[in-house]
Amino acid sequence: MEFSRRDTLALGLGAAALTVLPIRALAAADDAIAAFTGGADVAEGGVTLTAPEIAENGNTVPISVEAEGAAEIMVLAMGNPTPGVATFKFGELAGAHSASTRIRLAGTQDVVAIAKMADGSFAKASSTVKVTIGGCGG
Amino acid sequence: MISRRDFLQVSMAASALTGASGFGNWARLAAQQKLTQDDLLQFDTFGNVSLIHITDIHAQLKPIYFREPEINIGVGDAKGQVPHVTGADFRKMYGINDGSPSAYALTYNDFTALAKEYGKVGGLDRVATVINSIRAERPDALLLDGGDTWHGSYTCYHTEGQDMVNVMNALKPDAMTFHWEFTLGSARVDELVAGLPFAALGQNIFDAEWDEPSENFKSYEMFERGGVKIAVLGQAFPYMPIANPRWMFPEYSFGIREEHMQEMVNEAKAEGAELIVLLSHNGFDVDKKMAGNVEGIDVILSGHTHDALPEPVLVGETIIIASGSNGKFVSRVDLDVRDGRMMGFRHKLIPIFSDVIQPDAEVAKVIDAQRAPHEEAMNEVIGQTEDLLYRRGNFNGSWDDLICDALISEREADIAMSPGVRWGPSILPGQNITREDIWNVTSMSYGEAYRSEMTGEFIHVILEDVADNLFNTDPYYQQGGDMVRIGGMGYKIDINKKQGERISDLTLLKTGEAIDPAKNYVVAGWASVNEGTEGPQIWDVVENHIRKQGTVSVAPNNSVTVVGA
Repeated sequence: MEFSRRDTLALGLGAAALTVLPIRALAAADDAIAAFTGGADVAEGGVTLTAPEIAENGNTVPISVEAEGAAEIMVLAMGNPTPGVATFKFGELAGAHSASTRIRLAGTQDVVAIAKMADGSFAKASSTVKVTIGGCGG
Repeated sequence: MISRRDFLQVSMAASALTGASGFGNWARLAAQQKLTQDDLLQFDTFGNVSLIHITDIHAQLKPIYFREPEINIGVGDAKGQVPHVTGADFRKMYGINDGSPSAYALTYNDFTALAKEYGKVGGLDRVATVINSIRAERPDALLLDGGDTWHGSYTCYHTEGQDMVNVMNALKPDAMTFHWEFTLGSARVDELVAGLPFAALGQNIFDAEWDEPSENFKSYEMFERGGVKIAVLGQAFPYMPIANPRWMFPEYSFGIREEHMQEMVNEAKAEGAELIVLLSHNGFDVDKKMAGNVEGIDVILSGHTHDALPEPVLVGETIIIASGSNGKFVSRVDLDVRDGRMMGFRHKLIPIFSDVIQPDAEVAKVIDAQRAPHEEAMNEVIGQTEDLLYRRGNFNGSWDDLICDALISEREADIAMSPGVRWGPSILPGQNITREDIWNVTSMSYGEAYRSEMTGEFIHVILEDVADNLFNTDPYYQQGGDMVRIGGMGYKIDINKKQGERISDLTLLKTGEAIDPAKNYVVAGWASVNEGTEGPQIWDVVENHIRKQGTVSVAPNNSVTVVGA
């Protein structure tokens, strides 16, 4: 394993982000969730979040979300300095209530998807995505 | 009426009996100097389908010595479970006598003495004899290669995998999956795969740009054997772009992709598959988790973590078969498939004792042809060893200790790092070390030996990161290698802690001082996954070091203190 200065700095920052940011980031994430749900209860299940267990490249992690009957699905990267990733809105005529995108992750963290259903209820799913140096498998 | 589960359990017991008595017999027969090819191949053909599994050959065409690990720690649900059982505990679990051929093949104790008694193992010409013998009893047996085939030797490196393709084609496999093959670079992999006369499988091999299944690899192949429709699904190593250099195959993405696996199983069943076989390069613990989570897989042929198990492991109604590495074993699995489902099985892990099993003349000729242009270079004697050189073990092996010594001395470094790979044969005390032997434990397409400065803090971060790849309690977050080997530095590891808290007491061995997080240290290593790494090739570094020493010796390595095992 060789690490360029840039990688070293990036990893150093990632580690710092992991140790320092969660309090601020989680607070920001909680605020975002509260704004989205209006403080309503959020049930587990009913949302499918597909994300890799370990990111091949933390700068572009493919994820997809699906929730039958959802009006909106919000995606959050809980450990990022800015946790909000996207909110997908589905019209009444939407054929499928699913969406895919790629997100950047500052380090190992949970990705959360919260769906607002047509009846006004909320459901969520979460998945831990690990961002690692790698290099020694075999 | 007997349920399917009952059938499986009855067969399991029968299989265990066959296995156990087989092992006991070998011990007795060997004591009488009568271990024969017929004993090794003896098998009462069962049911209507036969599977032959070989995996993780790592380009070992010729017989070798291969010492199994002493230290192989399981965490979480895998603690104390196979394959995380070694030595005397392993022999007790399977009723294997000390000093028996099975003890030599499957455990590490008294390795040097037993190696002298029982000789080398493996050799694809011997493997061919075993395959032919199975095909004589069951002509339509499926031969399945679990991958890590086109990597790991002098000839494989210089022919970019062509030697292995030629020899494996002579064995006529029916399907294959992949890992180290991709380190040949995607252009070469695409070229070789396009010419394969058998199925190249990987349901988790995706196009990186579109995040869709790759057009170059099928998720599964349907076969009809013994009147049974069989779907063989492939699972490539999930973490290739992380454990190996992503820049060498940027068009491809992998991952575990459990949901897609379930979709493919369902699709194959909808097409009429009565038997679902997963040819996997997941690693054993990942396969165990997958067997529990994905419905409908009958047999998992498990590769990657190089485990050799004399009996299948049962998870729900799925049997998992582990067939070792480096050409040392072949598994035969006979199945009774009736009324659209697996009713029972009989299994044997066949150790390839090279002095007992006759080489197949035709395949031997193919092997010789691949090696002929390189024989002179490969056979050059570089030095001798006083001590047993081996690699397997979670934290160190004497081959890696020697490689780290070479890096520190040839590259004038404070600390050396060597990747925790599990391939590479062993060398007995008193044996010559040839150039081929060095390449067998070092050859790869990114072997440059770097030399760079790292802070103590960063070295700590690396150890924590690698430790979590090995000791994360969720198998889906494990990458299947061993701990990065460290020369010139000691440390303590508490395997049951979380990432960031496992590693402590980092000590620079040459001064006995604690590693200073803020200070820079000169680190030499090899197998960097970063593009543009510069340095001499690791096999040249090791060759120069051994040549200077003449006869090498490796002191016992006590620099890693393990807590919580």
